[in-house]
Amino acid sequence: MQVRLNGNETRLNEGSLTLADLLAQPPWRDRKLLVELNGTVVRKEDYTVTPLSEGDRIELVHFVGGG
Amino acid sequence: MQDLFHIGGKALSSRLFIGTGKYNRNTLIPEVIERSGAEVITVALRRVNPDWEEENLLHHIPSHMTLLPNTSGARNAEEAIRIARLARAADLGNWIKLEVIQDQRYLLPDNLETIKATEVLAAEGFVVLPYMSPDLSAALRLREAGAAAVMPLGSPIGSNRGLRTKELIQILIEEAGLPVIVDAGIGKPSEAAEAMEMGAAAVLLNTAIATARDPLGMAEAFRAAVAAGRLAHLAGLGPVEQNAVASSPLTGFLDEVGAEA
Repeated sequence: MQVRLNGNETRLNEGSLTLADLLAQPPWRDRKLLVELNGTVVRKEDYTVTPLSEGDRIELVHFVGGG
Repeated sequence: MQDLFHIGGKALSSRLFIGTGKYNRNTLIPEVIERSGAEVITVALRRVNPDWEEENLLHHIPSHMTLLPNTSGARNAEEAIRIARLARAADLGNWIKLEVIQDQRYLLPDNLETIKATEVLAAEGFVVLPYMSPDLSAALRLREAGAAAVMPLGSPIGSNRGLRTKELIQILIEEAGLPVIVDAGIGKPSEAAEAMEMGAAAVLLNTAIATARDPLGMAEAFRAAVAAGRLAHLAGLGPVEQNAVASSPLTGFLDEVGAEA
């Protein structure tokens, strides 16, 4: 399945059926992330019930230093 | 006397807000917080880099701090709203420093898009602190849109050029009907003190501390300057006169006999 992840075309393996599946894999595993799927925020408690589909736009962000 | 001010339902005693950008190492941040006395601190959101794991910035921010995520990188209202919603998903509060910028040379804010985004975010329950160009009609529209304060720039972000927009900020302080937090451009403690003397509710700065030779010493200097400026504002500055007005009696002895009689 092909998705757009942080702006890059990315092929996901067959195990990535939900957002939780994707985030359980390296390099995302155990990282503190915030997630937007197709322009809408997905809250942590919904990762397991959020299926991924061909062509999804996924943004994975985190807090960094800023003014 | 406790001199608290209120933003978004929180009572704050420190009128110095600080940022977390540009530090050589994030381990400085806890001590900068301590020495500055700040209670509000900004952070930014960025895409995660898959290739290397950065340390979690939030580990360096004590839990008593009010986190003020910014929407830096947003070029229009829609992008700023998306970033704000993402930040809120962290469950670390509902404050947002709204920053909408298209101009890449001076990083000047887009007041019109900022007003649009403020309307949406305030309606969603955010405490919206918009970074803005100091323009009174924009400030009044931000107030109508539900902003909790306005944050006019003193000079361009990161420039350390001081209060170049002083007279316009003074007008906002008098007329906007909202707390005015001077954000961006303050480079020296004396400039922070000046903003506070003018009646600003607070100042927000990052670069001036982070790029000082000794950030910890500078954090303390800003703490003192903001406190001094605030005290001066409360005390009321004396009048400015064109000519000299003697502070000591000029008559009464030497060759004037009985002049004071």
